[in-house]
This record gives sequence, structure tokens and C-alpha cells, in this order.
Amino acid sequence: MPLADLEKIFQDKIDAEVKIEPKDWMPEAYRKTNVRQISQHAHSEIIGMLPEGNWISRAPSLKRKAILIAKVQDEAGHGLYLYSAAETLGTSREQMIDDLLTGKAKYSSIFNYPTLTWADMGAVGWLVDGAAILNQVMLCRTSYGPYARAMVRICKEESFHQRQGFETLLVLSKGTDEQKAMCQDAINRWWWPSLMMFGPKDSESVNSDMSIKWKIKRKTNDELRQQFVDMIAEQVKLLGMTLPDPNLKWNAARNHYDFGEINWEEFWNVVKGNGPCNRKRMEARRKAHEEGAWVREAAMAYAEKKKTREGRKVA
Amino acid sequence: MHFQFITLNNHLQYILFLADSTLILSQRNSEWCAHGPILEQDIAITNISLDLLGQARNFYQHAANLLNQSNANGETVSEDSLAYLRNEREFKNLLITELPNGDWAQTILRQFFFSVYQHLLYSRLLKSEDKQIAAIAEKSLKEITYHIKWSREWVVRLGDGTEESNRRIKAALDYLWMYTGEFFIPATFEESDPSSLREQWLETIKEVFEEATLELPAGGFMQQGGKTGNHTEYLGYILAEMQTLQRTYPGAEW
Repeated sequence: MPLADLEKIFQDKIDAEVKIEPKDWMPEAYRKTNVRQISQHAHSEIIGMLPEGNWISRAPSLKRKAILIAKVQDEAGHGLYLYSAAETLGTSREQMIDDLLTGKAKYSSIFNYPTLTWADMGAVGWLVDGAAILNQVMLCRTSYGPYARAMVRICKEESFHQRQGFETLLVLSKGTDEQKAMCQDAINRWWWPSLMMFGPKDSESVNSDMSIKWKIKRKTNDELRQQFVDMIAEQVKLLGMTLPDPNLKWNAARNHYDFGEINWEEFWNVVKGNGPCNRKRMEARRKAHEEGAWVREAAMAYAEKKKTREGRKVA
Repeated sequence: MHFQFITLNNHLQYILFLADSTLILSQRNSEWCAHGPILEQDIAITNISLDLLGQARNFYQHAANLLNQSNANGETVSEDSLAYLRNEREFKNLLITELPNGDWAQTILRQFFFSVYQHLLYSRLLKSEDKQIAAIAEKSLKEITYHIKWSREWVVRLGDGTEESNRRIKAALDYLWMYTGEFFIPATFEESDPSSLREQWLETIKEVFEEATLELPAGGFMQQGGKTGNHTEYLGYILAEMQTLQRTYPGAEW
């Protein structure tokens, strides 16, 4: 079949809201964009375990410790589903992890910020997971079938995490003066980086146009960011806290909140590797990978031996 | 809250021994979270950490209930005050639980030794006169059965895997062995003598070691002290880290 016909069938399916499945024909760029996006998403889950894992040993109560461990473990599970979804497009998990460790693949820059106090566990859940969810809810309807199905599962757990994060902050906001200050400080530090999670402005985003046409994305970066600001600007009132933006104001004409300008210089610097924790995060992953090499080799060697022995038994 | 001034009867000391041992091993295993050698195994060891934490919480909650019943006019005790406000000399966890994780071999072998012991001990606890202890044991045994299966498979894999994995698990065995004797050395608060569990424990270990091409060490000197609060230097650091927020902000709710 001529390429033009294949492309037409493909685009017709997308326009008719039929999911693209692994064995379907797809344009090379569609495959590449999906692998890039899904693996980047998987890497973000894995790197995202580090800033929260940072507080497991110090969680302030046994209940909070249990909730935090379970949450970080959920993220590992999300990483697994996502690597599997990406593998259906023909790239192995090893290859993807290799790309992460060599710096070829990216992950969400938000995880290059440090978690300095316990309140950060709340702020990360509420703001970072909150921002992620808006993106993920949209992705439940993404055109690539395995990705959409992984997202449905992930969204359920993420919205639970977001509520837990909010509840962590709610307790602090009703606590001692020191706890209240801890809560406000965490919100101050995480607010702007959370807004950056939606990526560059639409006018400067290189990947957006085709992604919208192929229904990989269904909303633009700026639309999602606005949705997030509108949601959080209301929720922060319930905490009795404020967002660190003097320009944040309800605009009745637009029916949205106006907000201040993001520091894009900071954004691009963190993307380029100059964030407070870029090196630490990558070092931790490389260390785990390198120190785990002998374990993976042993598991493979044993599986081989077992297979050979069983083969002999059968013979 | 000054626990050292509360007289704990043997039964309470025993419950705290069960709670402390599971909490400290949970705390150690959770250090692997986000740092495991394979994603699936990162999830597995974290899961075990979570199970042990759940067991610890059940024991602490039970101890807190008993303490609050007998101490109607005093300060209220909770699972958190028991875990976060007792010091190094009051913790009764087994020494083996507080040792550093070391490499994957050391973590695996410790888990295997502990889980096999725990299974024998908790099977006995099913008959405890304290119905709550029996119920906690019953619930925990389901988890422990899985922990044994998982750690046992890894012991075999590492023992019979590559030259390096074999060397590493032998080094772990060399390090850990002298901390296994304490399982079976009775403390005054122990309600039934654990020394009689030793033979069955050895039998299981031996059987798995054979499959793993490992040799069972012959006896040797055994460390003890955890049950009576004489710990290694490691415990102080574990508690300093774990208890930091409760100690820094006394009385705060989290």
C-alpha cells in the first residue's frame, strides 16, 4: 500500500477516536514521539522516587511512614507499567534506562528540586502530583492504546496521592506555629517549579503541533497550566495559606485566574542540568544500576543453569 | 514521657521486643526503596518493609492499649510515643535487624534468616493466651510465608548464580552468622523458651543452603544483647534519624 494511503488510514483512525495498537501501521515520527514521551514519563516516575524516598527514614509517625513507603512504591509500579507500554513500540527497557543514565533521555525537571522539610512531602503530593494528574487525565484519552490504558490505572493512584499530599499539609496548617511556617515555606518553594512542569509556553513549544494532530496530547501546555492555577488558587484557601505570586488575581472577564510570569531562565537552566539536584539524582540512579549489575547477572546465570538442568532432565 | 521510669511487666516487654524487631528491620529494608538493583525487586523489598512496618504497628498499638488500661491517670501512650520516644537502651530489637544493609546478598540473607525464625516464633504465638498477639501472629504469618519464599529464592540464586554472587553471599554469611544465635537465647521476658526453635530453624537453613551450594557454618561465637537493650553502635544512628521530627517538635501532631 502506498505510504500516503497508510497515512490516511492512520489519521482517519485517530480522527474517529480509534486507538492505535502496537501492530498497527504508524508514522515513524508518531512511534518516536510516543517512545520519547512514554519513556520520559517512566523515567520521571523512577527519578521521582528519590526526593520522596529521602523522607522515608524520617517520617514523623508510623502511619505517615507507611503511607509514604506505599506511595513511593506505587511510583515504582507506575514506572513498570510505563516501561512496558513503551516496549510495545519496539524499544527495550534496557535501552531506555541506558538512555536515561547517559543523559540522552530526559525526565521531569521538577525532581531536580530538593525536599528540605517534612512539609515538602505534602507539597509534592498536592502540587507536583496535582500538576501531573492534569496531564495524565488528558493522557487517559491519548491515541496510543497501551499508553492510554496504563494512564487509566496510574490516574486512580495519583489522585489518591494528591489527596494524601493535601491532607498532610492540612494537618500542618492546623498545627503549631512552626508547622504552619513549614507548610507555607514548602508551598513557596514548590509553587513555581510546579507551574514549570507543564513545559514551555505554547508559542515556544516545539513538540506541540503534531502531538495535538495525532491526539497524543489533547490540550496545550498553556491550557493545562491555566487549569492547574485555577484549581490550586482555590484549594490553597482551604489551607489558609497563600501562593507566592503577587499577580495572582481572579479575572472575571476571562473566567480564569491571572498569574505572574514564570522564571523561564530558571526553567531552562534546570532542564540543562543546572538544577539543585540534577547531579545527585543521576548519581543515585547510576549507583543503583551499577551496584545492581552483579545481582542481575547472577539472576540471569542462575536462570540459565536451571533451564539447562531442566533440559537435561527432560532429555 | 520517660519510659525508663515506667515499669513494664514481662508481657509488655515481650510485645515491645516483637514490635522493635520488626520496626527496625522495616527501617533498614526501606533504605533500599528507590535504590534497588532491579525495579521489580525494589518493589519487592519495599513491600517487605511495609509488611514489617504493619506488623510493628499492630504490636505497638496493642502495647499502647495495655499500657493505657493499666495507667488510667498517667499520660496517654500511643504507637508513636513507643516508637519515637524510647531511646537506644530501651529498644529491644534483635541485633541482626539493626546491622547495615550491606549489599543485596547481605540484605537477602538477613531477611531469610529472620523470616524463617519469625515463622517458627509466630506459629507458636498462635497459641498465645493474649488473643490479640495470636491474631497479629496469624495475620503476619501470611506475609512471612511470602517473605521466606522470596528471600529463599534469592539465596539460591545468589549462591548458585555467578562466582561473584557466590563470593558475596559467603561474605554475608560470614558477617551475619554470629548474629543468628540471639534468636534462640531466651530473655527473661520471653513467654516460651525460643531455644527449642533452633533445631527446626537450622534444618530449613541447611536445606536451602544445600540447594544454594552453601555450607552451614559450624556453631561459633554468637553475639547477643539486643533483647536487653545492649545494642551495636548502629542503633543510635537509626533512632536519631527516625525520631528526629518527634524529638525536635515535642507534642506536635503530624
